[in-house]
Amino acid sequence: MSNFLNNSEIVNSSSDVNGIFPRELEDEAIYILREVASQFEKPAILFSGGKDSITVVRLAEKAFYPGKIPFKLLHVDTGHNFPETIEYRDWLVNKLGLELHVRYVEDSIKQGKVKEETGKYASRNAAQTVTLLDAIEEFKFDACIGGARRDEEKARAKERIFSVRDDFGQWDAKKQRPELFDMLNGKIEIGENVRVFPISNWTELDVWNYIKEEKLRIPSIYFTHDRMVFDRDGLIWADSEFINKSEDEVPYSTKVRFRTVGDMTCTAAVASEADNLDDVISEILSAKISERGARIDDKRSEAAMEKRKQAGYF
Amino acid sequence: MDILRIATAGSVDDGKSTLIGRLLYETNSITGDKIEALEAASKRKGLNFLDLSLLTDGLIAEREQGITIDVAHIYFSTPKRKYIIADTPGHFEYTRNMVTGASNTSVSIILIDARNGVVEQTKRHFYISSMLRVKNIIVAVNKMDLVNYSQERFEEIKNDFSKLAEQVSFQGQTVEFIPISSLYGENLVKKSEETPWYEGNSLLETLEDLDNQVNPISHLPARFPVQVVVRPKTEEFHDYRGYAGKIASGSFVVGDLIEALPSGQISKIQTIEKFGKNLEIAHARESVVITLENDIDVSRGNMIVKVGQQPEAKRELEAKVCWLDSHPLKVGKTYLLQHGINRVKAKVISINSMIDIKNMTLDSELSHEGGIKLNEIGWISIKTASPIYADKYNENPTNGAFILIDEMSNSTVGVGFVE
Repeated sequence: MSNFLNNSEIVNSSSDVNGIFPRELEDEAIYILREVASQFEKPAILFSGGKDSITVVRLAEKAFYPGKIPFKLLHVDTGHNFPETIEYRDWLVNKLGLELHVRYVEDSIKQGKVKEETGKYASRNAAQTVTLLDAIEEFKFDACIGGARRDEEKARAKERIFSVRDDFGQWDAKKQRPELFDMLNGKIEIGENVRVFPISNWTELDVWNYIKEEKLRIPSIYFTHDRMVFDRDGLIWADSEFINKSEDEVPYSTKVRFRTVGDMTCTAAVASEADNLDDVISEILSAKISERGARIDDKRSEAAMEKRKQAGYF
Repeated sequence: MDILRIATAGSVDDGKSTLIGRLLYETNSITGDKIEALEAASKRKGLNFLDLSLLTDGLIAEREQGITIDVAHIYFSTPKRKYIIADTPGHFEYTRNMVTGASNTSVSIILIDARNGVVEQTKRHFYISSMLRVKNIIVAVNKMDLVNYSQERFEEIKNDFSKLAEQVSFQGQTVEFIPISSLYGENLVKKSEETPWYEGNSLLETLEDLDNQVNPISHLPARFPVQVVVRPKTEEFHDYRGYAGKIASGSFVVGDLIEALPSGQISKIQTIEKFGKNLEIAHARESVVITLENDIDVSRGNMIVKVGQQPEAKRELEAKVCWLDSHPLKVGKTYLLQHGINRVKAKVISINSMIDIKNMTLDSELSHEGGIKLNEIGWISIKTASPIYADKYNENPTNGAFILIDEMSNSTVGVGFVE
């Protein structure tokens, strides 16, 4: 298979991909958000403070202008967040006058609803699902809007724009409704809810180009900064009190940034000097590993995402 | 940058997943870690080459069984355009998935195994693509390596397919033929040296050159379904009343005389806005807010159209319906009919004939006892509780399709094309 090495010249690493966000994607996403506002009674945006949910909030702002965003924000806080993300979250909520609800994984653990993981790879990523499902029930949200994209991961490539979940929040790939043209069917029974993915058709690069063209502020951890890190499994981990290190995992300071922002236990950093969006975008274009390659939660198995989705993850 | 939306279809083992995997690979759309994962997975399966199909088969059951179950969406881009592929499986619930995948695309890539030639599935792909008015058809004759890159074989298949085209194709549809080998990447990205007799372009070159006129539907009658009425009631926008929606077809210009349906009231467009920015003109597929010169009765689900281009109000329509659910469509049953964003109750009056996909003909003799079943296509008459403002699908696809929702299961059970 020698021609596998023979990568062609028609590649997307060309610089003129930059700065040309396909506006059709914005029109499509705004259309979807307007359908959510009309078809559901209590919709919410799942807001993590990451670039994708920031993009969704921006789209909602545009969709209903000069009216206000008709969605509440829900943040499921693992307690292991980057402080920069929380700071950003509060700034945005304040700026747009939004109503934010925060629910804590810590509380679910205290209530005995989910067990804290132990060991080297302990993370609260999976535990989030329990807190999320409880919050959906508590607030009676019938639609939860998320920033997930189909290009992120194989199981997500099969996801619908309106993804119907049963009473237990579970995803059944075989029971998804067909979506034809742009007609969205959000009809559900009481107790069921729909996860909505307005930026399904965007790629990582589309999101970055959009952030750049819209001049959106994003949390500082997306840009280069000095941080105490350590190496594990070929990835750079941010050092924090939430991670159990072994003796030979010695933290050191270096310049890194984050490409995706989960919580501190499941997001790896990349070595980078990029301090502006243009540099971030060219890094992504030439990156050797994928966005979710820096997600420790996906590394658990080939079907890690599909299994989490079946359990009610977004 | 524009977006080219493609549907791919092929029978089992036509090498479709490999073809897509290769397009991703050769456009640098897959990264090193994914290739490593692929190498490991290929080794586990005992293969000595990279099984690119593992890239697209995302679900556990798919990998276990080596098949594709559901429509997957795949993305890649070149400096020229962004591509979205709706990859539809070759066997499971075949028609249902093909219709779903093709409903948003302007290009269909139909794969043919060079050894087998045109088979029943090929006919189905082509028929469905044409029924959905997919403008560009690319026939990729795959596995040319297994027929020694024979020109004769290629021409034979081309002839067979062209005979179908005489029956099925519509005016304005283009059909191109490309001899390829997805396993070895021949004629996929670059022209192959194995087919010196082939004068056309490689698959990717063909896609890059396709005329993707951003808005061919801009010339159609103007249709604006209202999704949301924007009434901020703030001090700054005290009396503001805007109608938010995505233009389904045609264009609107400030000052246009419009009619609101169903009220029938007439007004003029005062502004067309996008996030506070005023536009002079807006085209199909753009999400905008329209304000009118006077307050008339317009609410969600209504449609704003240009005076002089009004659609007919229909309470009873004829439509081709493709069935997507395991419970068949039944005469006399009531469904929710969703036309664009507007939902009305509707009752099936009769099934008039069935489509014989094998022979691509309308066959009134074909049995429809027990209703229209999953993956079947029939011609029905249906009556709605209040009028809808649909165009004929063949004349204006974005305003000529509807879905049927089962009120018991809430599921989308059928898709209709207004005749």
